[in-house]
Amino acid sequence: MSELSHVDGQLPHEPEKATLEGRNKVLGFWLFLGGEVVLFGTLFSVYLALRDQILDGPTPQELFSLPLVAIATLILLTSSLTSVFAIQAMHRNNRTALINWLIVTVILGFGFLGLEIYEFMHYAHMGHEFSTSAFSTSFYTLVGFHGAHVAFGVLWISLLIAQLFKKGLTVVTAPKVYVAGLYWHFVDVVWVFIFSVVYLMGKVG
Amino acid sequence: MAHAHAVKRYSGLMDWLTTVDHKKIGILYLISGGFFFLIGGLEAILIRIQLWKPMNDFVSPDTYNELLTMHGTTMIFLAAMPIIFALMNAIVPLQIGARDVAFPFLNSLGFWTFFFGGVLLNISWFTSTGAPAAGWTSYVPLASPMYSEGQGVDFYVIGLQISGLGTLVGGINFLVTIINMRAPGMSFMRMPMFTWTAFITSALILFAFPALTVGLVALMFDRLFDGNFFDPSSGGNVVLWEHIFWIFGHPEVYILILPAFGIISEIVSTFSRKRLFGYSSMVFATVLIGFLGFMVWAHHMFTTGLGPVANSLFSIATMLIAVPTGIKIFNWLFTLWGGSITFTSANLFAIGFIPTFVMGGVTGVMLAAAPADFQYHDSYFVVAHFHYVIVGGLVLGLFAGLHYWWPKMFGRMLNEGLAKLTFWTFYIGFHLTFFVQHFLGLIGMPRRVYTYLDGQGFNGMNLVSTVGAILMGIGTIVFLINVAVTAAKPKNAPADPWVDGRTLEWSIPSPAPEYNFAQTPLVRGYDALWKEKMDGNKGMTPAEPLGPIHMPSPSILPFFMSLGLFIMGFGLMYHQWIFTGIGAALTFGCMFLRSVYDDHGFHIDPDELKDKGVKA
Repeated sequence: MSELSHVDGQLPHEPEKATLEGRNKVLGFWLFLGGEVVLFGTLFSVYLALRDQILDGPTPQELFSLPLVAIATLILLTSSLTSVFAIQAMHRNNRTALINWLIVTVILGFGFLGLEIYEFMHYAHMGHEFSTSAFSTSFYTLVGFHGAHVAFGVLWISLLIAQLFKKGLTVVTAPKVYVAGLYWHFVDVVWVFIFSVVYLMGKVG
Repeated sequence: MAHAHAVKRYSGLMDWLTTVDHKKIGILYLISGGFFFLIGGLEAILIRIQLWKPMNDFVSPDTYNELLTMHGTTMIFLAAMPIIFALMNAIVPLQIGARDVAFPFLNSLGFWTFFFGGVLLNISWFTSTGAPAAGWTSYVPLASPMYSEGQGVDFYVIGLQISGLGTLVGGINFLVTIINMRAPGMSFMRMPMFTWTAFITSALILFAFPALTVGLVALMFDRLFDGNFFDPSSGGNVVLWEHIFWIFGHPEVYILILPAFGIISEIVSTFSRKRLFGYSSMVFATVLIGFLGFMVWAHHMFTTGLGPVANSLFSIATMLIAVPTGIKIFNWLFTLWGGSITFTSANLFAIGFIPTFVMGGVTGVMLAAAPADFQYHDSYFVVAHFHYVIVGGLVLGLFAGLHYWWPKMFGRMLNEGLAKLTFWTFYIGFHLTFFVQHFLGLIGMPRRVYTYLDGQGFNGMNLVSTVGAILMGIGTIVFLINVAVTAAKPKNAPADPWVDGRTLEWSIPSPAPEYNFAQTPLVRGYDALWKEKMDGNKGMTPAEPLGPIHMPSPSILPFFMSLGLFIMGFGLMYHQWIFTGIGAALTFGCMFLRSVYDDHGFHIDPDELKDKGVKA
């Protein structure tokens, strides 16, 4: 049976997989991400099916500003890197570095969200609202679903930072941090596809 | 122990609201799934009463549309799926020698979200605009705000989103349970067939349900927030809905039927006193059906106009599924061949399943031929086909499984006489209802229409069909009487009530104690218990010494999380943002509490290990 605490004070090498609960959580989360792939795959398909239905609204070429989106991409990809540093710190059993890297990740996440909110408000100002056309509805749904995932992620990781302060790094908290890291990478990968399919293809295609 | 926490144990109603025990959650699924089955069945009988004679005015056309929609939706999402989950919860952990599922808390959450989603959907009957009436497929533009005014379809999209969440959570839970929690020696190729089918079904749930969620969200955005996904005047596309729905919808029918295949395999093998014929080909066929199930969705859309190339490809892919299914049919027949067969009620259902399902399969291949489908499409032939596979396949399978595992779930044997009466009334009623519908379809009776004219040759067969439906209703009532009669009897079922039990669930008391296995068993081969019996051993060899058993704590949080979603759903539907906020706060608040307070569980010490079975 699993041990919920490390009695001798020594954290195992991979604390996220030290208990059966931890291993279950990591595997279950991978599977959940598989379901998320289908979720976003369907959203992408819907977007691709409807993206030419612009009607009287502004075109993607008029709307999208690549420098802004490039900055958002840079911020989000960097936050993926800092979350890797956080997991590495966790494997070194360095709680301070772990917490600090997670804080950096959360700050970058908030930066991304700020840019996205600004972007959406800018588009709405240009006459690209949720109900303008099938293009606008599917655009806001796809990019908005991703944004909601980022928002959930920053709140979740913030909560984990608080728990790490309070409870320390244990075989209970380690799997939570690890799966939050997986989640964060997944959200970044989705963004890479959004950047290519929505923004680059919108500018070029 | 490092953490010996005193955990509050509840009793009575609170026990059922807070339980994380997979066996009790299985019973909860059975009770609520059974309740929705009765509602769906009542709706079916009302439909049949309306159709018993031409130009009948028993119900109004609008009410008929509501009954038709709610019958399909309720039966698929709120009756069939939960009863499958009931058996999976009750049996799969026992079959793999596990003490619990991988995520007991999520298991409870899955149940409560399903339950509240189902309740929300059915509350639509009591609203001024009535229940959803756009069919269980909810095709646009019929389901769009222009043609389905009022809240009916909103109840459909929001209710199914909430209950779909529960199904997804349940699917992930069973995947992890089966991958990570198997007893020592229980390799994948030693797993009982029911566990295998539960595994593949869970994988299908994981990859199919998110697509439905996206479709429902899109339809919800169109209806509630003026979106344009399915509105052609704003550039939307109505065929898109058909694709999304069936990319989910076709795997869904395999989600339903695969567990029935598993149940039949267990029962046929047990009551033939033979090892299941071609076990590894059964596993292979199950995996193949699961895989091909994702490749065939457009056979529901042959008449949509996708073109001959797409129709041919989907036609061939669909016909391919007949191959692994045929493998299964022959394996069951060869298992029966030369066996010493006992015709218990469970086995009657299982053996009755085989020819019935073959008939459903044959009409399936007929429908798969795209040119012919243009004739069958939207006729009663289709209705007959899918009722042969879903009722003649899945429901007979579920009845078989319930009769077979009832003693393991409740500790009491169902009355065999009443059970056989259930079988014969239900089975004859079923064939009376649906066999004639093939011919009704072939002579041109369209499905989904609330009445028909006299003098078209439809009258006699519709009357037969209605009589059959009432006979099925009688069969169901006999089953309920059996349940009531059995509940009054003493709880004295032995551990192995069928004497010839082959798998691990029969090695422990009936009903299973809350920790399932006092000592994790050591599995030495396929049909683990049968192997020990054949080797002359009294029971399983333990794989560990007797020690304290770790148990998860009960929790009320899943109930409130789901209640939050329920409130949030109503808030969204009626644009009451305060309620939406309250619901969201409740759900996220419970998630916060779950994250912050660690569940250390509790331990049952070896000296307490006496039989404390599930009370039901």
